[in-house]
Amino acid sequence: MSTVLSALLAVNWISWVIGLPLTYTIAAFLSGARAGRMLALPALVLSLLAAVGLSARVLAQGPQRHMVGGWGAPLGIELYADGLACLMLLMTAAIGLFTGWYARHYFARQDTGATYFWPLTGFLLGAMNALYLSADVFNLYVTLELLGLAAVGLVALTGGAAALAAALRYLLAALAGSLMYLLGVALLYGAHGTLALAELGARLVPGPLAWTVIALMTLGLALKTALFPLHFWLPPAHGGAATPVSALLSALVIKASFYLLLRLWFEVFAPAVTIPAAQLLGVLGAGAILWGSWLALCQQKVKMIVAYSTVAQIGYLFLLFPLAAYAPGVESAWYGGVYQAVSHAFAKAAMFLAVGSMVLAAGREDIDQLDGISARLPLSLFSFALAGISLMGLPPSGGFIAKWLLLKAALAGGQWWWVVVMILGGLLTAAYLFRVLRHAFLPARRGKRFRALPPALELSAFGLALGSLALGLWASGPLALLRVGAPFAGASP
Amino acid sequence: MSIGLIYAVTGALLFSLGLYGLIVHAHLIRKILAFNIMGSGTFLVLVGLAQRGGEVDPVPQALVLTGIVVAVSATAFALILARRLYAANGRCTLPGEGEA
Repeated sequence: MSTVLSALLAVNWISWVIGLPLTYTIAAFLSGARAGRMLALPALVLSLLAAVGLSARVLAQGPQRHMVGGWGAPLGIELYADGLACLMLLMTAAIGLFTGWYARHYFARQDTGATYFWPLTGFLLGAMNALYLSADVFNLYVTLELLGLAAVGLVALTGGAAALAAALRYLLAALAGSLMYLLGVALLYGAHGTLALAELGARLVPGPLAWTVIALMTLGLALKTALFPLHFWLPPAHGGAATPVSALLSALVIKASFYLLLRLWFEVFAPAVTIPAAQLLGVLGAGAILWGSWLALCQQKVKMIVAYSTVAQIGYLFLLFPLAAYAPGVESAWYGGVYQAVSHAFAKAAMFLAVGSMVLAAGREDIDQLDGISARLPLSLFSFALAGISLMGLPPSGGFIAKWLLLKAALAGGQWWWVVVMILGGLLTAAYLFRVLRHAFLPARRGKRFRALPPALELSAFGLALGSLALGLWASGPLALLRVGAPFAGASP
Repeated sequence: MSIGLIYAVTGALLFSLGLYGLIVHAHLIRKILAFNIMGSGTFLVLVGLAQRGGEVDPVPQALVLTGIVVAVSATAFALILARRLYAANGRCTLPGEGEA
C-alpha cells in the first residue's frame, strides 16, 4: 500500500494537470459534440484526480518545480506549483466537473451552442491550469490570452445578436487589458532583463519605472477581473451566456486574473507598492461591493441579478490589498482574500446552475415568473439559498470564513471603515437574494406550466452548494494547503 | 537618446494612440485596428528597450513572435465576431455606442 502511495507521489502531476484538459480538447474538437459529451466526465474526473495528486505531493514535499521538455529559463518554460496554485487548480477542477455534469444534461435539451461547448470548455480549463502553474510573466501573458479567447468563444456560443455583442465587448476589454499587462512585461524585461517572477521580485526597485509597471499591470488585470468601475463588460457576458458558461465564467475565469494580480503584488511589486495605491484598490473594491449589490437589487432578470452579484463579490477580493498594507493584518488579509476567491467560486457556480434550472423550468427569465418554483424545484431553490449563505458571509460557510479573516485583518490593522463596507455589503446581498426567494415562494399562478427537468440538473447545483458549505466546516484543510510556499513562510491564519 | 530608446518611446506613443482609439471610436473595425496599433506599440517597446545595451537579445524577439501570433488570432476572432454581429443586426457598432 505504501509503495503504491509513494509511486503515486512520484508521478509528475504538473504535466498531467495541463496535458489532460488539452488532450480532451483536441479529442472533443475532432470527434464532434456527441463524443465530446461522452468523454467529458471521464476527462473532468481525471483532471480532478491529477489536481488532487499534485496537491498531495505539494503538501508532502513542498512547492514543486518542473521544466517543460527539460529546458529551463530563460528560453524554456518553467512551471511552479505551491499551495496557492494547488488550491486554485482544485477549485477549477471541482467546479469544472460539476458544471460539466450539469452541461451534459443542459445541452441535451438545447440545440444551440452544444457543438463547440465541449472543446472550448476543455481549452478554458487547460488554459486556466497552465496560468496557475506559470512562473514567468510572459508565459502568464500567453495563458491569459488563451483563457480570454476560450471564454469569449463560450460567450458567443448561443449565436444571437445579443450574445455576439456581449462577446465582442468582452473580447475588446480583455484584449486591451492583456496589452496593458504586456506593456508592463516589456518595461520589466527592459529594465531587469528577466521574466521569472521570483527574480523580478528580487530586482525591482521603487521608482517611476516600477510605479508605471504597477499601474499598467494592475489596470489591465483589474479590467480583466471586472473591478468597479471597469465592470461594464461583465453583466451582459455572464448574464447572457448559456447557464453552464455563466457558471464557469463567474466562478473561475475572473479568478485567474485576480490570482495573477495577487502573485504580482505579493511576489514582485511588494518592495515598490505604496499604501495609497493599496487603499485606492480597496476604495474601488468598496465601490464594487456597494454599487454592484445595488444594481443587483434593481435587476428584473434572475440571471442578471446573479451576474451583478459577481460584480459585488469581486469587490471583497480587492479589500485584500489595503488590509494587507499594514503589517498586523497581512496574513489574515491574504488568507481571507484567497478564501473569498475559492468560496465565491463554489457559491456562484451553484447559484448560476440553480437559477439556470429555474429559468429552464419556468421558460422565462424574469424574476416575477418564478412563482411556484419552491414547490416544483425545491432542491434547486435550496441550493440557491445555501449558496446565498456563503455570499452573505453567514456561518457555517466558506464565505463566512473568508469574511471573518478579512474582518480580523481590518481590526488588526485599525482600518474600521472596511468593516462598515463589509457589513453594508452583507445586508445588500441579503436584500437581493431574499427578493429572488420571495418570488420563488409565491404559489404558482393558475394554469402555469413547468418543463420537467432531469434530476442531474438539480443535483449538480446542490453538490456545488454543499461544497460552499463544506469550505466553512472544514476550512483547516484548504488553509493548510495554502500555507505551503505562502509569501510569509510558517504563518498561520 | 539611443536608437533603442527612440523605438521604445515611439512604441509607448503608439500604444497610447491605440488605447485612445479603442475607447473613443464606436465603429468595430476602427476598434479592432486600434487594438492592433496598441499591439504594435507594445512590440516596439519590447524590442526597443531590450536593445539598449548595444548587443542583440534573442529573448524579446521570441516574445514578439509569440505576441504577433496571439494578436493575429485575436484579430481574426474579433473580425469574425464583428461580421456575425453585422449579419445578425446590420450594425457595425456595439449596442449603447453611437452609430459611426
